[in-house]
Amino acid sequence: MSKGKLGYFNPKKPMENRITDCGPQRYEQFLPPVIRKNYGKWVSHRILEPGLLMHVSETGDKVYTVRCGGARTMSVEHIREICDIADKHCGGYVRWTTRNNVEFITDSEEKAKALKKDLDARKFPAGSHKFPIGGTGFGITGIVHTQGWIHCHCPATDASGVVKSTADVLFEHFTDMKLPAKLRIALACCLNMCGAVHCSDIAILGYHRKPPIVDDKMIGGACEIPLVIAACPLYAIKPVTTPEGKKSVSVNYDKCMFCGNCYTMCAAMPLADSEGDCINILVGGKISNRITKPKFSKIVVAALPNNPPRWPEVTDTVKKIVDVYASDAKKYERIGDWTERIGWEKFFEKTGLPFTWHVIDDYRLAYDTLRTSTQFKFTEQAWAVSKTVGGI
Amino acid sequence: MGIPGQEHLWDKEVKGHRTYNDIRIFTDEQLKNYTEEELKNFKPKHDTPMLDELEKGPWPSFVSDIKREALHRKKLAQDDMMIPRDVADDLLGQVELSYVEKETHWKHGGIVGVLGYGGGVVGRYSDQQAKFPGVAHFHTYRINQPGGKFYTTDWLRGFCDICEYRGSGITNMHGSTGDMVILGTTSDQLEPIFFDLTHDLGVDIGGSGGNLRTPSDCLGKARCEFACFDTMDMCYDMTMTYQDELHRPAFPYKFKFKFDGCPNGCVASIARSDCAFIGTWKDDIRINQEAVKEYIAGKIPRNGGEMTGRDWGAFNIQEEVIERCPTQCMNWDGNKISINNGECTRCMHCIDVMPEALRVGADQGLSLLFGAKAPILEGARLATLVIPFMYAKSPYDNIKAVVRKAIDWWTEEGKNRERIGELINRVGLGTFLDVLGIPAMPQMVKEPRSNAYMFFKESEVPGGWKRDIKDYRKRHPA
Repeated sequence: MSKGKLGYFNPKKPMENRITDCGPQRYEQFLPPVIRKNYGKWVSHRILEPGLLMHVSETGDKVYTVRCGGARTMSVEHIREICDIADKHCGGYVRWTTRNNVEFITDSEEKAKALKKDLDARKFPAGSHKFPIGGTGFGITGIVHTQGWIHCHCPATDASGVVKSTADVLFEHFTDMKLPAKLRIALACCLNMCGAVHCSDIAILGYHRKPPIVDDKMIGGACEIPLVIAACPLYAIKPVTTPEGKKSVSVNYDKCMFCGNCYTMCAAMPLADSEGDCINILVGGKISNRITKPKFSKIVVAALPNNPPRWPEVTDTVKKIVDVYASDAKKYERIGDWTERIGWEKFFEKTGLPFTWHVIDDYRLAYDTLRTSTQFKFTEQAWAVSKTVGGI
Repeated sequence: MGIPGQEHLWDKEVKGHRTYNDIRIFTDEQLKNYTEEELKNFKPKHDTPMLDELEKGPWPSFVSDIKREALHRKKLAQDDMMIPRDVADDLLGQVELSYVEKETHWKHGGIVGVLGYGGGVVGRYSDQQAKFPGVAHFHTYRINQPGGKFYTTDWLRGFCDICEYRGSGITNMHGSTGDMVILGTTSDQLEPIFFDLTHDLGVDIGGSGGNLRTPSDCLGKARCEFACFDTMDMCYDMTMTYQDELHRPAFPYKFKFKFDGCPNGCVASIARSDCAFIGTWKDDIRINQEAVKEYIAGKIPRNGGEMTGRDWGAFNIQEEVIERCPTQCMNWDGNKISINNGECTRCMHCIDVMPEALRVGADQGLSLLFGAKAPILEGARLATLVIPFMYAKSPYDNIKAVVRKAIDWWTEEGKNRERIGELINRVGLGTFLDVLGIPAMPQMVKEPRSNAYMFFKESEVPGGWKRDIKDYRKRHPA
């Protein structure tokens, strides 16, 4: 490849030798020979132990895949080490999964076992695993996440740090397969949800809690005011003229749900605030069609403290939910299936999480989530309502 | 497609293929320029006591990893990097400041890109440029990942070199949508990077903004017996067909294709894509009765061995498969399993539990769903089933015709920042069916409307809507 500040690029003739619209590299050339040979011929699979998968082809070939976890924020030094491992054990082929895991594919169990040993031994100087083996089956695989404070302009929390802290606490479930079903965790650092966490068993969601501050000086030059007004889903933004005669906007605080769409449209309306920003926890979503239909995650905890560097309130809450689920659910039940069977009132009773008004929907489709039935179970939180009105 | 004649440029199985050595930037000495001992004793430029807490614990530490990159950069000559040496160091410094202050220090946006494209690069500037000059300009470069995220180390090492020589050396593997991401470079490096990516690595950049976003797929037939269509081929084909839409923003907002080989949905298309392609079949689940008996005898672990970490007792086919079937379409008579396939909704449970005994049907294709998205603006949506089954055979012309109609309509009718799912909701699914020219079917809904307000078209009502009040008054004096 080129060297020097401009490399092969000639700013005087930018179109010279320019290649555009060439798309991604064609995938076949990156497939290990055994995968190429058996493409479309696979008949079954088996997880031999956590992190070790065997796939069987109709040709009789078997491939053995070792899966290990990875931080999605990854240096090229780390990727080069992955390449060294792949060169040593896998003929120079490697792949990533949709959940940021790294997979090394070999054609024999012996090679896979040797590879596991190699991966196990590699650690960062401060002690964390470089390549923890696992992420298979009924456990917790890689937590997918967004950028947070490493690269984003509108996060309510960090992403990599919360995920690292959570993955540490739940590590035993990455390396083992002892949960009732698979459990997928995702984090998004604001409501934009680049991580699309809305269908995860457990979702960790950064949330702003203060309306935007309008930068009257900046807004006229930086933003299209009609677009800013139109950006608000709650119609909370109005045009105003400042005492100095400048065009600006005002925000009706009572209507604002802190979504930040105005900030996405306009840099003059920042939301981030060290006191206001918090973390919400959602549970019970899934994307698989297995047994029950795909479903959304539901908010069960509002406003946990945004508490770096280890976010103990978040990790404690997630751990508690995982522990109760692990001991109470039946086999094959995802968290959402379990909560639907026992009822949400029992979910809050068993986990001991407080049920507050914040988690009752009051947006567009709120009515669909209200209970229009006399079928319910009695819990302490029900008695508290009865007592308040002198019913008992 | 692609660069003509270069579809096997990097193919190690083809003679004369390109190797890392053909394009490498760094020498072996430059790559191995520090010892483990030096790394252990390395003191980064900024003190980061809070981030250092994240070096503890078993999960791979991104902090330890970035420190390693900082050391590597420190020991390279400045001539060996086209952006500041301190970029990894200053990144740690700025993130530490965010950990202390609990607010981000990245400015909002910035329009940068490469000539002729309107997406693929996201502008990013620090608001602490004096303190952290290395990350003053820190743009994201999205690169279109290969299908199934398979790589050869030759190609990947080339990617690493350009990422470190012209960028921060820090990546996302991978971004949420699926791209490989170079996390941080400066404006003057955007064109040189693009030139080397396209010429030497033979790869294009991804989508951002009101574009088709980089399509992504599960690994499909490469290593999964559940895949009902060739996800990697179709993803590649559709990516190439829609290159213009991927690079040049002409849409109201983002648009995503995702390709899942089966209803298990490993790439989350049903939750995360405007247009979800999900493999399915229309004949019978294939049964190996002998293997069923082996599961019952405990010779094959249930669920592909995925639940062996706990003692769940002996496998009970009646309880775990037959009674768990959501449509109750299966029967076990003590000797044979039978399935009433007409009643099956292909949820995958029985196949997931006994993958060595049951296989997806052989008459395979895909279902087409539209409209999934994350919350902004109207709330999160799952995709809606619109087309029950289509054969998915290259060159996919039948499917592309449907997709083209949907995209053209949304481009015309969608409001600024309105996703296709929101548009469908605003105007009604019925309107969308007219756009596609397809009849309604009960499979499109969970249940028929309980809300009794409904539209009729004038053409459906005898005599139309124009009436004469005089005629009416003849019958009904005021």
